[in-house]
Amino acid sequence: MTLPLWLIPALPLAGFLLNGLVALLCGWRRAAKTTAGWRAAHPDDHGHDGHGSDAHADAHGHDDHAHGDHGHGHGPAGPFLPYWQRLFHGVVGVLAVGLATVVAFANLVPYVAGSLATEGGLAPVIQTAWRWMAAGHVTIDVAFRLDALSAMMLSFVTFVGTLIHVYSVGYLQDEEGYGRYFAYLNLFMFAMLTLVLANSLPVLFIGWEGVGLCSYLLIGYYYDKDFAHQAGKKAFVTNRIGDFGMVLGIFGILALFGTMDFSFVDLAKQGAMNGNASISVYAVCLLLFLGAVGKSAQVPLYVWLPDAMAGPTPVSALIHAATMVTAGVYLVARCSAVFVLAPDAMTLVAWIGALTAILAATIGLAQNDIKKVLAYSTVSQLGYMFLACGVGAFGAGMFHVFTHAFFKACLFLGSGSVIMAMHHEQDMRAMGGLRRRIPWTFWTMVLATVAIAGIPPLAGFFSKDQILGAAFGAGHPVLFAVGLFTAGMTAFYMFRLARMTFFGEFRGPKGTEAHVHESPATMTVPLVVLAFFSVVAGFLGVPEALWGKNRFIEFLAPSLAVAHPHHVTHLTEWILMGLSVAVAAGGIVLAWRWYGQRGATAEVPSVAANAFYLRIGVLGRLVENRWYVDEGIEAGVLAPFRKIGTLLWRGFDSLVIDGIVNAAAFLVELTGDLFRFFTTGNVRNYALSFTLGVLALALYVFLR
Amino acid sequence: MLDSSTSIQWLGADILTTLVFLPSLGALVLLFLSNEAKNAIRAVGLLASGATFAVSVAVLQKFNPAIAGLEAFRPLLVDRPWIPRFGVRYLMGVDGLSLVLVVLTTLLTFLVLVFSFGQSIPKLRGYVAAFLILETGMIGSLVALDAILFYVFWEVMLVPMYFIIGIWGGKRRIYATMKFVLFTLAGSLLMFVGILFASGVHARTTGILTFSLLEWIPAASTGVWGLTGTQEALLFWAFALAFLVKVPLWPLHTWLPDAHVEAPTGGSIILAGVLLKLGTYGLLRFAIPLFPGASVRYTPLIAVLALIGVVYGAWVAAAQKDMKKLVAYSSVSHLALVVLGIFAGNVTAVSGAVMQMVGHGLTTGLLFLLVGVLYERRHTREMADYGGIASQVPVTTTLFVIAMLGSVGLPGLNGFVGEFLILAGVFRANVVWAAIAATGLILGAIYLLTLTQKVFWGPNRVKANLGLTDINAWEFAAAFPMIVLVVVLGVWPQPVLDLVRNSVETVVQIAAVRMVP
Amino acid sequence: MEGAAMNAVVPMAVPLNAYLAVGTILFVIGLAGTLLKRNTLSMFLSIELMMNAVNLLFLAYARMRGDASGQMVVFFVIAIAAAEAAVGLAIFVALFRAKRTIDVDRLSSLKW
Repeated sequence: MTLPLWLIPALPLAGFLLNGLVALLCGWRRAAKTTAGWRAAHPDDHGHDGHGSDAHADAHGHDDHAHGDHGHGHGPAGPFLPYWQRLFHGVVGVLAVGLATVVAFANLVPYVAGSLATEGGLAPVIQTAWRWMAAGHVTIDVAFRLDALSAMMLSFVTFVGTLIHVYSVGYLQDEEGYGRYFAYLNLFMFAMLTLVLANSLPVLFIGWEGVGLCSYLLIGYYYDKDFAHQAGKKAFVTNRIGDFGMVLGIFGILALFGTMDFSFVDLAKQGAMNGNASISVYAVCLLLFLGAVGKSAQVPLYVWLPDAMAGPTPVSALIHAATMVTAGVYLVARCSAVFVLAPDAMTLVAWIGALTAILAATIGLAQNDIKKVLAYSTVSQLGYMFLACGVGAFGAGMFHVFTHAFFKACLFLGSGSVIMAMHHEQDMRAMGGLRRRIPWTFWTMVLATVAIAGIPPLAGFFSKDQILGAAFGAGHPVLFAVGLFTAGMTAFYMFRLARMTFFGEFRGPKGTEAHVHESPATMTVPLVVLAFFSVVAGFLGVPEALWGKNRFIEFLAPSLAVAHPHHVTHLTEWILMGLSVAVAAGGIVLAWRWYGQRGATAEVPSVAANAFYLRIGVLGRLVENRWYVDEGIEAGVLAPFRKIGTLLWRGFDSLVIDGIVNAAAFLVELTGDLFRFFTTGNVRNYALSFTLGVLALALYVFLR
Repeated sequence: MLDSSTSIQWLGADILTTLVFLPSLGALVLLFLSNEAKNAIRAVGLLASGATFAVSVAVLQKFNPAIAGLEAFRPLLVDRPWIPRFGVRYLMGVDGLSLVLVVLTTLLTFLVLVFSFGQSIPKLRGYVAAFLILETGMIGSLVALDAILFYVFWEVMLVPMYFIIGIWGGKRRIYATMKFVLFTLAGSLLMFVGILFASGVHARTTGILTFSLLEWIPAASTGVWGLTGTQEALLFWAFALAFLVKVPLWPLHTWLPDAHVEAPTGGSIILAGVLLKLGTYGLLRFAIPLFPGASVRYTPLIAVLALIGVVYGAWVAAAQKDMKKLVAYSSVSHLALVVLGIFAGNVTAVSGAVMQMVGHGLTTGLLFLLVGVLYERRHTREMADYGGIASQVPVTTTLFVIAMLGSVGLPGLNGFVGEFLILAGVFRANVVWAAIAATGLILGAIYLLTLTQKVFWGPNRVKANLGLTDINAWEFAAAFPMIVLVVVLGVWPQPVLDLVRNSVETVVQIAAVRMVP
Repeated sequence: MEGAAMNAVVPMAVPLNAYLAVGTILFVIGLAGTLLKRNTLSMFLSIELMMNAVNLLFLAYARMRGDASGQMVVFFVIAIAAAEAAVGLAIFVALFRAKRTIDVDRLSSLKW
């Protein structure tokens, strides 16, 4: 272990700073030039120099904004930035992450090897960087930890991250905001790596919020599109609701165990918990889980993830498939020892996971935007991971995180390749028959699709099967059934996607098919690598029932509690496996038939889709409209929020409080108005006052 | 070393006097300049405030943070008789708490003057002079240890602020400045009565007529004053109301939105950055140590008001259409959290409160500064007049986003440190309070992101915005140190925490002794 | 001068009450005049009348008690009355030149 752990997040941070500064400076120069040009062309326009007055009502509404529509977007044709600048940004971005990956693996490989060779695994490697804050009963050091769990996360986060950086070099080459993109992407890697390598909950929280920030920045990357930045804000605020729970959960852990660094896991395993704490273990687990719900897009805080597809596709792949959204699962797994102390909380986790899995899958059945299908698929798969954690199979959940990273990233990147080929068309109804024109994309996506559908021997099968087996074995037949049904739906909608996109006849506008071409190597090579891992990653965790050694779970066991809780007999396991494969196969067959060539025409490609709803009716309408969840939230939460805010401001602040203040001033004025009548200016009145006063005094003196 | 009887050592024992009066010296020099000599005025202003900042840093070097309790004041104490007939002394001293706020004050005043030189301000001479005198008042309030001396400086602050808002302000400036002055004055008059009464009590029970805090605090906190519950409560509220108006705590906050909106940018920065903190400082220096029993007794009430303030301030901020009003209500929300931290009664919470005082000064000061940058160019604060200007003003956007994230409490920037410590401390005291206060995290994100989105993101809909120039050199020179501090203090807040540790522990210990078990 | 020298063996020819009555009546008449008259000069005269009435009362009491300091006070009052009359009349003349009226009711610029 020669290279220190802090290098791993530090390298992407350096990349962020470098890329960011250069991009900012170039943007500044460009803006100055444009503004100068505009001002030269409009010399007599008021309101924009330092001496205008408020009375000049500027033109609201949609004036010509052709000039102002800067920000990004493609140049007229081809790349916007000069070659040297693209090279610089790309190299810095990729190198920062690539070097971090190298450092990571330099630490990882010996650790993993040593861990597997040692009984009970190697001890965690903890490196402290500096004291962040110490006040009263709170002491937080910035320290990094390499143990089984973080090693596992580190491996695919860095690796997939590097691949996606390479992919982005090709995907975004026409963008003006190229440098900004890589800066944000590097910042994201910094935050994610901090999250993964953290040795304490507060340091994890730095990464936690950091990835939320980068998500906001990257979803809103096309910041001059209204929908994009609104989606970014939605993501950040929804995440914040989760963070609210997380922060309180962190304090709860402090109250229960007296420490916020991960030594509390050992304390929890030993049962050394403060029983008189002001908060119960159950509440703490719920709060931490709330954080996970926000970050990992579970019900009801999942609504930001589909909208997040407004960002560039590699962002969706990295953040919203492979890494950020798995942070919630990582958190639960890390705190597994605490969760097992609160069985009711685990049940809740499992049920929410299951609910999310099935809900999102149903919505995914009816989406026509290729990225939206994948987004809901991600939400659904995350539900699986929480289902696993909830029934005690934390290892299985983490295994699914691992395999999911590969095939989901492959799917997203592949969809990006498709979108590029289709010149930014994302609606699957306008696609079709693309397999002949973009073969590399096609084959890699097919492999990933088979993997996610859970067909052996690809990766998804092993991880999903372990989850289902754990659910059944832990005595939750309902959860198992939900998981099984969802698996079927997963296979269905994924093959629907494949069928609509790659097979059949091309349904796009006439004449565009000729422009569909394969993506450059920077994009296809990562696809191939990811597809490869989608195939083989599963072999790390082959269960004993299939004559494997499940090295994955074995490796993770020291970091988790109850890694492999309930054993079922091999026979049961084979039956379960068979069931899941059968259900998946059923889904595939159904999708193939419904979305096949029969029934779809060039004019009405959605006839096949309609066929689905015609069979399901009202339920289909609900599914198509995503169960009206977004509308419900808008009406039930957001609109009242705005109304109350305005009410508080105008009705209470201005009316009541300011009313009292202004009334007090008014009263003073009123009294003054009343008293001023005493000054008549008439001397005789004053004389009378004197006389009366003297009389009164005299009377007082006499009568005393 | 300390020779207070004869000679005056301006940079030695009497360095605090230098610190307090150096800005006024600069203002005096400005008397001799005419309004046209812009460069000379700028030079004097920068020199005076810069020198004051340098002196405050020198005091920082000389200060020894390791001394506990009231003895921390001793090394740099300035003690001279002033009005012996009434026991009033010219008594000044610093401990960690006041020192950190003094450095913040001098820095912000300096940066405000730097910033204002990038703007076009009429009657520049009066403007600069007002800020310099204001600086004297602020620093004086922070270092004065004699109650009457403190009161004098406290009132001194009002006059320049009155003029700053009243002359260089916006459309409704007269209403705003009158409201500000009358509100604050009402509170401080009450405090004056309290001061007189307290000196009477002290004289009665110890036989010494004095206004010195160094003698009051030991007597009051150990019960020598022999106050009944009602008496202590009345005195506590006499002091506390003055400070809570300044903070401002809900429902005494309505002067703040008006004052901020109508004040010129420099005025807003100082108002938000320093003046509001003087209220919280007063609570920590006067109200709690002198009347710990009452402060403990009324903690639930104040906590409830603070929690309402946190939620209410944020909620109303989210409904605003005027940028400055939004940031003003955000100050109400943030400082309510600080008050909650102060009254939570443990070292963590109070340390967090002090951290947040510093942090809020920087982040909110930055927000006002950047809004001022936009206002200078377009003369409107309505968010509807902007929208989509990110590509026009990329540097301003970047600075704004960083400041906004600092305000929202992103870990790694300084807002988080304060918020986290406050919430951690409050959690220890009362879980429900912490939960309610933590909703501020969500609400803060809502209104700050809405602000950013409405002003910077989206398509550019207003034609006039196409002529927006980015931040200029003076403005950037003012903003840059603040941004650097926001980042540095977020990652390495320990120096500040160490500096204030002893003062915080003193306050908490005093209050803890009287806490009902 | 001691009051003993004035020790009157001779009783007062006119009873004290008469002096008091006349003095009081004169004072009240003067007061009424001050308050009720609109003409400024009349007000002055009335004030002079009040002062003389007070003089009479002082003298009456001085005679009754045999105390000469009452007569001293009368001297003071006469001197001061003269000074005050001079100043008052000067103001009055200046006022008339400015406002061209002597009606006191018209001189109310300090009215609210």
